[in-house]
Amino acid sequence: MATSMLFQMRRYCPLVPCLTVARRHYASKPPSVFNKFLLQFNQRFLEVEYLIRLGNWFKTRDVRRKNVFYVYAQKKYGVNVAAAYCILKLGGGFRFAGQTQWFRSDTKGKFSFDFVNTPDCTIEEIDLSSTLINHDGLHNLTSQHNLRSLHLQGCPEVDDWFLSRLHVFGESLQELNLSHCPRITVGGLAALQHLRKLQKLDISSLPRLQNPGLVHILVEEMLPHCTVTGAEYDQGLQIQTDN
Amino acid sequence: MYRWHKIWFNVRICKASSLLKSNNCSRSFSTGRYVRKDHITQDLEKQFKELRDKVTAALPGSDWSPIKLTHGLPPERVDIVIVGGGVIGWSIAYWLKNKVMSRDSLRVLLVEKDPTYSQASTVLSAGGIRQQFSLKENVQLSLASANFLKNINEHLGVVNEDPIDLQFNHSGYLFLASQASAHIIEENYVIQKEQGAKVMLLSPSKLKERFPCLNTDGVALASLGLENEGWFDPWTLLNAFRRKAMSMGVYQCFGEVTGFRCSTQNAETMDGDLLNIRRIKHVNVQMANSLEYQPVECAIVVNAAGAGSGKIAEMAGIGHGPKTSMMSIPLPVEPRKRFIYVVHCPEGPGLECPFLIDYSGVYLRREGLGGNYITGMSPEENEEPDCSNLDVDHDFFQEKVWPHLAHRVPAFEGLKVTGSWAGFYDYNTFDQNGIVGLHPLVNNMYFATGFSGHGLQHSPAVGRAVAELILDGGFKTIDLSAFDFRRVFNLEPMLESNIV
Ligand SMILES: Cc1cc2nc3c(=O)[nH]c(=O)nc-3n(C[C@H](O)[C@H](O)[C@H](O)COP(=O)(O)OP(=O)(O)OC[C@H]3O[C@@H](n4cnc5c(N)ncnc54)[C@H](O)[C@@H]3O)c2cc1C
Repeated sequence: MATSMLFQMRRYCPLVPCLTVARRHYASKPPSVFNKFLLQFNQRFLEVEYLIRLGNWFKTRDVRRKNVFYVYAQKKYGVNVAAAYCILKLGGGFRFAGQTQWFRSDTKGKFSFDFVNTPDCTIEEIDLSSTLINHDGLHNLTSQHNLRSLHLQGCPEVDDWFLSRLHVFGESLQELNLSHCPRITVGGLAALQHLRKLQKLDISSLPRLQNPGLVHILVEEMLPHCTVTGAEYDQGLQIQTDN
Repeated sequence: MYRWHKIWFNVRICKASSLLKSNNCSRSFSTGRYVRKDHITQDLEKQFKELRDKVTAALPGSDWSPIKLTHGLPPERVDIVIVGGGVIGWSIAYWLKNKVMSRDSLRVLLVEKDPTYSQASTVLSAGGIRQQFSLKENVQLSLASANFLKNINEHLGVVNEDPIDLQFNHSGYLFLASQASAHIIEENYVIQKEQGAKVMLLSPSKLKERFPCLNTDGVALASLGLENEGWFDPWTLLNAFRRKAMSMGVYQCFGEVTGFRCSTQNAETMDGDLLNIRRIKHVNVQMANSLEYQPVECAIVVNAAGAGSGKIAEMAGIGHGPKTSMMSIPLPVEPRKRFIYVVHCPEGPGLECPFLIDYSGVYLRREGLGGNYITGMSPEENEEPDCSNLDVDHDFFQEKVWPHLAHRVPAFEGLKVTGSWAGFYDYNTFDQNGIVGLHPLVNNMYFATGFSGHGLQHSPAVGRAVAELILDGGFKTIDLSAFDFRRVFNLEPMLESNIV
């Protein structure tokens, strides 16, 4: 009886077959009600895929806008000004080589354009702590071959791919602070081996490191001339021996 | 709604069992009646259960259908059949769907014979990605794929699933060259730089300084990848492609492709030669563990069966034609067995350990943080091991791999082999490079195979290229026309010098 009823339902209501087969591929984990709804629609209309993409696009729009590559500024004002502009736009600060004064944007994100007048000054110190910089934004800074110190404390978008690009500063970078970056794993720290001039490295409080103590030792071995600040040596080691 | 059903049924069952209880009292008086009643209630219960199951099955979220089907039978008609569900196959499936954002205007079926992937080279590979190739196409493919992996969650993220974590380890490849091969590395360096790869050349003294654990005897030059190189978990990439492609509506079927039904047409070339042009009409899919098979009608077949793609081509008659025609040339892809050994050595190089490729052919990379490494090498052409199984030859390690390894990294004198496995390279015997494109005479079979040990890292870009070829009629982003099958016929090999 149920069968014939369903047959009829199938005939009259085209949505039913889609509902009955909808979740075939998603058996692993029960989705939330909203996602269930989305998924079932997704089986029917691929446009939902578009919607989801669009949603993601909006979510990451801010990150993308802040990390665009300033080609125009580079052409018109030179690489140094473009780099400085990029840093201030992101909400960070920097210091030119041979100067003591720091350029920073104020709390509203406003800043003075004085740096445009000194296109030949290269940047020596950059503080991008708690900003949205990612590997695309780093592209603006790669021209700074005199960069000595880079602070990236608590940057949510700094990931392993970002670290793998830092080799461009290999001949100059002396101080690097990566503490509290939520996306860094040990796979990215391995890329720091190209920073041969590094003297100070901070890798404390990286939540995705599984055994931070061991990683601390390994990073110290990898960079013998560098003082590494990180977790206590025995942190996480216990867990490893248990396994 | 479901819950209400349950309660309703439970009430009915309660009633039925209370009936049973009341019968219990009358047992001593009339056993016969009790037995009959018991039978009835049991029957009733069974029917209830059946009905309940049926209703549960018909509710949203189950794959029950009123028509009895063998589970997993492929659809009878699709537009494109992809043979082989390795990383290349799934990548093509994903890109096809990605280009046509509509569920049913392009029906794609992927046929994979082994749901456990026990022999697929994808999951048995070393998982490395590098830019250090000698052909510009290969460098471009690698760069494009690295870019894809960088933003993998934007490409392959699926609602309601965890973000993809490839466990990418950013350590570059380190190629060592002897005096005899130094010029090759230098030439490659120029090509790689031209394409935008970040590579650095190291003299032996610089090499020693960077990697003190290495013995630089015999090394004349080394090249080290700085960016976009390293290794990752192949299984995660395969699954991510698969998950995304299925969420976009690709049909998956676990069965083996056992043959094709083709139609033949005669054509004449400008020079007056007769040609036999074939077109695949049906793909025969044999279901796993059963005798049942289903012909699938399709317009296009993509051969991405990895090491088995030579066989697939043969099924379409490729390699069985008259002597002079192109049809007589088989697809030069065959399985070649390669061993990987897991070794433990606490004194070995640490986090800085690169993906080391010695000029003797031995390679080495770190595996995890606990002093484990994986290593291996390709045997000489005349010493190829038997390919009928995946057994590991341990003497090969003792005699061939270890001496070279211990020479290069002296710490490995004291290693311990803790594990090993073997996998099949999809080895192109003609020129060790991928074959991508349409077969000239079977004019709806596309190849994406023969990558001989670098297919995993090129899979994202190759998938896109094949999808472009099928849907746009030509390569749009990376021009792979040099990888066409015709080069085999014209005897113009595209030799890649950096084959590991
Ligand atoms: C030891 C080893 C190390 C490697 N290291 C690396 C590396 O470091 N970097 C790198 O990039 N690459 C590496 N590779 C190469 C890489 O793994 C392959 O090039 C790549 O996985 C090929 O993918 P595929 O999808 O073409 O083939 P596969 O993964 O082999 O998939 C083919 C699938 O087709 C299926 N199939 C076959 N015949 C049929 C049929 N008749 N019907 C249905 N299905 C069928 C098979 O079951 C299989 O699952 C390595 C390979 C090996 C063996």
